[in-house]
Amino acid sequence: MSEKLIETKMINKSFHDPITIPILKDISFSIDKGEFVSIIGKSGCGKSTLLYILSTMDTDYEGELYINNQLITGLKERELARIRNEKIGFVFQFHYLLNEFNVLKNVMLPGIKLGKYSLKEIKDRATEKLIILGIEDQALKMPNQLSGGQKQRVAIARALINDPQIIMGDEPTGNLDIKNTEIVFDIFQELTTKFNQTLLIVTHDIEFANRTNRIIEMEDGRILTK
Amino acid sequence: MNQKLIIDIAKSLLLARWRQTLVAAVGVTFSIMMFIALLGFMTGLNDLLDGLILNRTAHVRIFKEVKPNPFQPADNQNEIGYNFVNSIKPSGNGLSLDNTAAILSALKNDSRVLGVSPKVTAQVFYNVGNVDVTGVINGIDVEAESKLFHFKDYVLDGNYLDLKNVPNSIILGKAAAEKMLANIGDVVQVTTPKGDRQMLKVVGFFQSGLQELDKVQSYCSLSTTQKLLGKPVNYITDMSVKLLDLTLAPKVAKEYSALFDTDTEDIQTANSQFETGSSVRSIISYAVGITLLIVAGFGIYNILNMMIYEKMDTIAILKATGFSGRDVKLIFTTIATSIGLFGGMFGLLFGFLLSSVIDQIPFNTAALPTIKTYPINYNIKYYVIGIIFSLITTYLAGLFPAQKASKIDPVDIIRGK
Repeated sequence: MSEKLIETKMINKSFHDPITIPILKDISFSIDKGEFVSIIGKSGCGKSTLLYILSTMDTDYEGELYINNQLITGLKERELARIRNEKIGFVFQFHYLLNEFNVLKNVMLPGIKLGKYSLKEIKDRATEKLIILGIEDQALKMPNQLSGGQKQRVAIARALINDPQIIMGDEPTGNLDIKNTEIVFDIFQELTTKFNQTLLIVTHDIEFANRTNRIIEMEDGRILTK
Repeated sequence: MNQKLIIDIAKSLLLARWRQTLVAAVGVTFSIMMFIALLGFMTGLNDLLDGLILNRTAHVRIFKEVKPNPFQPADNQNEIGYNFVNSIKPSGNGLSLDNTAAILSALKNDSRVLGVSPKVTAQVFYNVGNVDVTGVINGIDVEAESKLFHFKDYVLDGNYLDLKNVPNSIILGKAAAEKMLANIGDVVQVTTPKGDRQMLKVVGFFQSGLQELDKVQSYCSLSTTQKLLGKPVNYITDMSVKLLDLTLAPKVAKEYSALFDTDTEDIQTANSQFETGSSVRSIISYAVGITLLIVAGFGIYNILNMMIYEKMDTIAILKATGFSGRDVKLIFTTIATSIGLFGGMFGLLFGFLLSSVIDQIPFNTAALPTIKTYPINYNIKYYVIGIIFSLITTYLAGLFPAQKASKIDPVDIIRGK
């Protein structure tokens, strides 16, 4: 049996404004190392909410979250920031690159923040990630000079810079056309097969989900199938 | 590493919006500039006005008041009880201080004393044709008076040292000289109250700035005045003592009064109004300067607030990729204080330049013949206060927006798209 990377125990979350509406109900599941998992479900079923809880950014919930068998629930904001920096890589629907920095610097930033390697090593590693994603020639451009698909690939490179244990994506292909969606999916596929990267992707796109190792379907705040 | 990264990000955010940054920095620069120029100018004027009094006033004046002897012969006859004596008149040898040589040497040996200038005051008449004009001649020790009380600054024409070098010479009050139509090199005649006449050569003019004073006051050397009055060389009516520490004056005055058995007056008692004036003037200049900085602080607060609204996405992504709230706060306070630092430094520079310009503006006043331009105080103290205050205001102005930025929930921003 393979190792559990993320595990949740009875996670519940409600919105209280203006009236209490339960969003997530008794979510208990786990993701193993090396899995390529997708979460699908209708709008408002709580799949994004769940992702943000797993990402440690949302701390307003009941229940317990474990990453690497370490209890994450109740940790301080600074410790959570450190975990996000070191163990989790993000890809969002919108690329969220920093327009003030060039592509290379955007990829490097989380690495510099982690401070594990020297600046030169981080630069080499960032270039290496850009090569994997096939956009090393764009390294010195500013983000606003890139196409949507290129931007999303830069965002993936940024997510990879600290060799995270898991990459989480919130509709990473939601804004992309079919061709770029295909490219991004291929990159994910390559990461999981070649580098044994764990991936957790929230998506609307059933076709996209069907090609992943495992689909978690959600409805009304509950997990339907595993 | 972390610090360097935060400075790096702050710098990029600043440069990405350099126009806005410039506006904020110019606000700080302007306030600091005005703060420096204003304070330099105000305190320069303050020092000038203080100098009007301080330069020319003895810290402790030793003199003898004309007054009746408190001990009357009747007291010898009837030592117990009260003696009623009518029509008591002042007695003794008038205005002369006793034992002047001993007093002078005692003062010279006192470590608190910077210097002493002895003086003889003589009431005279200037004889102009057949009209007599009343006047006062101050016999002074020219060098001591110059060194301690800036005598030479008030001598308009002629060389003040001639007073010492030319025998029987006089420096006339400017207004008195005009009345007598006397020029340098002329000889004027003065008559003492006892009827002695003396011819004195005019070697210069003196202008104190007080017209009434210049009409009557003239200066001679100590020996000339003593000769005029027919008094010996130990005849001294006044001693002006300058202390190292002005604040000791009242205590020292009291001490000398008892020691030398004479009358003394300290500068604080003689000029109590001047201290009040100067402290009020400094308070006003500080108030204006600080108001300017606070206004600039609000400008920075506004700009940072706007910047944070604009940079919501950046803040959210920084947080998502592992920057803590504290890091975000540091980034924004770094932005604010660097605006303060650079704006403040340019403010100091421009403040200095503006001060130098003011320093060149002509300013002629009858009261101070040596002052030709507006006075400026270039005390480094105001520059230090300026830069520290600009850092503090900008830090505080940045603190609240930074706090807000540090509390931004990345989920709200990212999901809001």
